[in-house]
Amino acid sequence: MYEFSYHRPASVAEAAELIANAADGKLVAGGQTLLPTIKHRLASPSDVIDLGGIAELSGIVVNGNIVTVGAMTTHAEVAASKEVGEAIPALAALAGNIGDPAVRNCGTLGGSIANNDPAADYPAAVIALGATVRTNRREIAGEDFFTAMFETALEEDEIIVAVDFPRPEAASYMKFENPASRYAIVGVFVARTAAGPRAAVTGATACAHRAYRLEEALQADFSAAALDDFEAPVDKMNSDIHAGAEYRAHLVKVMAQRAVAACA
Amino acid sequence: MSTINLAVNGQSVSGEVEPRTLLVEFLREQLRLTGTHVGCDTSQCGACVVMVDGKSVKSCTMLAVMADGCDVTTIEGLADGADLHPMQQAFMDNHGLQCGFCTPGMVMSGLDIVNRHGNDLDAATVRRELNGNICRCTGYQNIVKAIRAGAKAMGD
Repeated sequence: MYEFSYHRPASVAEAAELIANAADGKLVAGGQTLLPTIKHRLASPSDVIDLGGIAELSGIVVNGNIVTVGAMTTHAEVAASKEVGEAIPALAALAGNIGDPAVRNCGTLGGSIANNDPAADYPAAVIALGATVRTNRREIAGEDFFTAMFETALEEDEIIVAVDFPRPEAASYMKFENPASRYAIVGVFVARTAAGPRAAVTGATACAHRAYRLEEALQADFSAAALDDFEAPVDKMNSDIHAGAEYRAHLVKVMAQRAVAACA
Repeated sequence: MSTINLAVNGQSVSGEVEPRTLLVEFLREQLRLTGTHVGCDTSQCGACVVMVDGKSVKSCTMLAVMADGCDVTTIEGLADGADLHPMQQAFMDNHGLQCGFCTPGMVMSGLDIVNRHGNDLDAATVRRELNGNICRCTGYQNIVKAIRAGAKAMGD
């Protein structure tokens, strides 16, 4: 690891000032991606600003049909939350299947979506549930948040405060996971909402995205059978040692069908 | 350098660390608690698992400064003098180790499983919950047996 300066601010305002004034600062949430990246010398920030001391960033609040999860809430906390389990069980289940137990005790919602790994789980939920990402400056619609591989709509010194998840009528997330890392080779999140079906795909392409064609196919008939003839575009799929493009395209359909079936 | 103050295995300790010092480096190199192992550099193997404020954490993926003010338990903190902790004893009784390198992390993760799932564990639960711990001797059969037996013994 290269040297860096470490800061542990007590408020979002203080964190924003620190990151704005750092030569090449990085915010660290749970550290489960950033620390291995620094260890491998793939990142060498001048300053690491730890959000772990900011109490206002943690916690889960259910208000009517909105489930608000603080950015620093860990995967383990979301998975174990009775409130989330009742309001959006698919979200609790997703959080409970990220990485492994020790990773889930540190990793956070805000860290996951700010990093925007192409195979991360949370982005699919944020997009498919029509969530809103709240930062220290503004609100960003979930489907506009993830812009490219490891890229988001966040400005350099913008800090995620919380994510508001609207409660769907039903929802499910299915992933075909890499057995070593538990990252999604392909993951599909589907939601049945009052405004119609919503779907998002992660792992398959450069960045999690809203799956409009899946939604169209489910519009008239929200059933697994409605996707029998569905074909995901092979040319947009990732291809690597874990799975080729054609296989991933096939998995999009299979995971989507399983997710829809689980909503019944 | 930063000064950190924390409790390790029930004792107050303080140390001077660089910001980049990992918790596992602080434990092994400064406190000489070498029971906690480092088996990979990708946060996957789980040999470095310790408890921080009662929750399992990969100590290779936490900075020592992040543990400032925390309560840390390592494998050295489990036995009561010459009496092994029931989970350690269960690993011994069930031949839950071959080379032993992954064992400290397996025992700590085993305790974490008991904390969350109780004393009556089925094999499927143990296997699923151990997915962040790798045994390269592949001695999983007996590790699972040991954790189930240890969990039961902890409840007796």
